Amino acid sequence: MLRRRCPGLKLVPPQNLLARPWRQGTVGWFLPKNTMVSANTELTYDSKIEGDVIVSRADAVINWIRSSSMWPMPMGLACCAIELMATGASRFDIARFGAEVMRFSPRQADVMIVAGTVTYKMSSAVRRIYDQMAEPKWVIAMGACASTGGMYRSYAVLQGVDRIIPVDVYVSGCPPRPEALLDALIKLQEKVKREPSASKLLSA
Amino acid sequence: MPAALDAVAALKGGWAGVTDRASLDHAAVNVPASDLPGILGLLKRDHGFDMLVDISGVDWGMNAKPRFTVVYHVFSTLGHEYVRVAADCADDLVPEVPSVTPLWAGADWHEREAYDMFGIRFTGHPDLRRILMWDGYPHFPLRKDFPLAGIDTVLPDAEVVAETKTGAIAAPMMGGPFVASSGEINMSEAEPRAKDESWTEKRPKP
Repeated sequence: MLRRRCPGLKLVPPQNLLARPWRQGTVGWFLPKNTMVSANTELTYDSKIEGDVIVSRADAVINWIRSSSMWPMPMGLACCAIELMATGASRFDIARFGAEVMRFSPRQADVMIVAGTVTYKMSSAVRRIYDQMAEPKWVIAMGACASTGGMYRSYAVLQGVDRIIPVDVYVSGCPPRPEALLDALIKLQEKVKREPSASKLLSA
Repeated sequence: MPAALDAVAALKGGWAGVTDRASLDHAAVNVPASDLPGILGLLKRDHGFDMLVDISGVDWGMNAKPRFTVVYHVFSTLGHEYVRVAADCADDLVPEVPSVTPLWAGADWHEREAYDMFGIRFTGHPDLRRILMWDGYPHFPLRKDFPLAGIDTVLPDAEVVAETKTGAIAAPMMGGPFVASSGEINMSEAEPRAKDESWTEKRPKP
């Protein structure tokens, strides 16, 4: 069929294809004028020959990139930080979800995991570090204290970190199991995948 | 005679105003606040009470006279004994006692904490700032007239306040505080959200 469409095309045997004779100046086939030059002699898509070209929506590509590699800012403030460390360690292995690179610099982080009790005295530091994170950025409130103040109905404790920063995912538990944190991370990835990233980027 | 009782006897003999203090465990004395550095210095120098274990404040209540007491525990690392020294603050509005930081450098943070929680001033302290609450917090949380939930206050950082329009709020107690003594309260029924929905978010989140 291909031969009928491109009458000048001479098929090159596979072993010669691998040797790439055209690179060495050998003319392996004869083409009429205005025929598209391609080494493809197969009728199905082959990324090795076509080049890695996939047509997709920009949102899908951008969100796939973002959600596959979410670098956390570990805002470890209390005992939840121990579970956060367990989530990062070998048994639970947050690397399976692309979030193993704990960045202790907010400039390089994508998602702040607020793990622990936020006191009023600490609140300004939490807000400041959130402000220092580059867009796009997300927040996971890990555990009862970060979500609502938890058992600390007290004069010293911020009653939920959502009073000072916007929270994307809340995790219940005191402290939550590492599985719960991984579930929150997956939930956040699903949320990121629904975002209209391309239009946001264009309007920014 | 154990060194602690020996020391107490010496104190009562040598200083006016030193009296016995009711105690179930260790030797204890009440002393005048102005004599604190001299008495504690004497205990440290002559009686081997070389370790300051802690400094604590007591608020006896709004109507009590005197209202505030400062309690010191000193320990003899060789004799393995404690002496408890208590001093009432003369002024109930601006309670003051002399600092013992020249005797023990470790008294520094103890005194800052007592100041932070009770507002007891330690005269002669090198750097009497708050240690737990933030600078500029207007209340003393462990005083009897301070509610457990707290009092509405502005947050420490003005920029955060401008950005978030929020402040330190009186925490929602929701029927609490809950104590776990058996028989008095059913903890599963008393779980805050199970009963009381008075506190719900009405304000849009930032």
